[in-house]
Amino acid sequence: MAELVAPKSRVLDVGCGDGALLRLLAEERSVDGRGIELSQQGVNDCVAKGLSVIQGDADADLVDYPDDAFDYVILSQTLQATRQPRVVLEHMLRIGRRAIVSVPNFGHWRIRAQVAFGGRMPVTESLAHSWYDTPNIHFCTIADFVALARDVGATIDKSVALDLAGHPLHRMFSPWAWNLLGDQAIFLLHRKR
Amino acid sequence: MGDLGALLNGAATQSVSPDSLTLRLSSNSPLRMDSGAALAPLTVAYQTYGALNAAKSNALLVCHALTGDQHVANPHPVTGRPGWWETMVGPGKPFDTNRFFIICSNVLGGCMGSTGPASLNPETGEPYGLDFPIVTIADMVRAQALLIDHLGIDTLLCVAGGSMGGMQVLQWAATYPDRVFAALPIATAARHSSQNIAFHEVGRQAIMADPDWRHGRYLVEGTRPGKGLGVARMAAHITYLSESALHRKFGRNLQDRAARTFSFDADFQVESYLRHQGAIFVERFDPNSYLYMTRAMDYFDLAADYGGSLAGAFKGSRTRFCVVSFTSDWLFPTSDSRATVRALNAGGASVSFVEIETDRGHDAFLLDVPELIDTTKGFIDAAARARGVD
Repeated sequence: MAELVAPKSRVLDVGCGDGALLRLLAEERSVDGRGIELSQQGVNDCVAKGLSVIQGDADADLVDYPDDAFDYVILSQTLQATRQPRVVLEHMLRIGRRAIVSVPNFGHWRIRAQVAFGGRMPVTESLAHSWYDTPNIHFCTIADFVALARDVGATIDKSVALDLAGHPLHRMFSPWAWNLLGDQAIFLLHRKR
Repeated sequence: MGDLGALLNGAATQSVSPDSLTLRLSSNSPLRMDSGAALAPLTVAYQTYGALNAAKSNALLVCHALTGDQHVANPHPVTGRPGWWETMVGPGKPFDTNRFFIICSNVLGGCMGSTGPASLNPETGEPYGLDFPIVTIADMVRAQALLIDHLGIDTLLCVAGGSMGGMQVLQWAATYPDRVFAALPIATAARHSSQNIAFHEVGRQAIMADPDWRHGRYLVEGTRPGKGLGVARMAAHITYLSESALHRKFGRNLQDRAARTFSFDADFQVESYLRHQGAIFVERFDPNSYLYMTRAMDYFDLAADYGGSLAGAFKGSRTRFCVVSFTSDWLFPTSDSRATVRALNAGGASVSFVEIETDRGHDAFLLDVPELIDTTKGFIDAAARARGVD
């Protein structure tokens, strides 16, 4: 994900956790980074590292930022946990010249198999919660995200699907195969102005 | 007038001859105030802790709250109690006196040595009383800036404060963006709310209703309007706590008695506590000063000075901000801090924001709250690193 960010750019990391990515970007790419994080502990950790992070969440706080405030807005493995994924994505594309989004793929064959043959809601290493206590309320597949991007008028500049081991799937695979074999996918997108 | 000293309580004595360092500016250079008044002579009473480095890059300015003063980390000269922010200021603490030079001045209009309504009016030779011009937060900051000039400091590493102190922090960052490297406004707002103005008005009316207030001329007439000020303090003190903290501390417990007395004695512990808070406050604070301090907060509306846009106050600011609020603070609720954060974001500023979970209400900023101390330490240390201060 860090490799998608150009050096010396302005970055907003939504759901930045303890600030590991922001710190990496600052140290290796001289990025001017900001973060939003829900947990007080996460914010404290970030502030103690000298990062500029506000306590908040994607649903409530993106609306406050002006247009084109950042070169990149990053949302990692969080879109499925937002109340309004479409609105969140639209705000990201508004306040950032580019958005970087990673999503867990609900279309992976193991998940399909658990639903189809087990008849139960899937629980995997990457989606480890039971249905009743999961923060992930808006699951999507890789194909669903591509459709959402199209619906909000975004252009996908780059995309990569990662297998269970975190290795990129070969570009020659068809989208159908990505949707079946990808554990997660990362997208770099922008909206035409 | 000759017997004035005998009539003064601790605060009034401090306002004439403070146990503090003082900057005294002569009549040649009056302070231009928002009200249009020109104030001279001017005294700024202040305390410092730690040592200023050769580059003068390690100075932190602490701004005190409504009833605070410059005695941040030393015993109070009137009450003998520890400094009001000793949790925060000292060796190894977030405002580390081994590394930083910490300054705190009594605000303009205060009663601990800086010029205020208990100071002598050069035109009459008597205490100003209500002839003292109305003070604003911006006026306080102007007076502080004169002190910082006097100390030869160009840019402050950090300006920090809670409540009214936080208002001064925001005003500093707006008025002197290039002189504030980092800003730490805690439990504060960029404008005083209607509800808070209402509470302040109750306090002022309590003071003015005291027959000993004498239209503010009590120092000249030899009376002490302690009742009114005490009531003002009691009412205000409730707003500094939270319902759950009051309940946790006092419940409906009775004070030194087994049963109700069927009288208006302070049967309940909470009554006794409030009366005590009122009584000790009166010993150290000047009633007229209380009127001026509350007015300064009421008048504070930073956006109004920037065409109604708070973002405009911080546009292009290179100051690093860390905004802190407390979940149980109903005087300066988190929504006030969020409004500031929104404006800072809209202005493109570098901002951190932490809402700290506590039931201790507005007063949490003065108390030993570990998350506040950790956040502050992290923020100050990071600012020091960024500025190359060891």
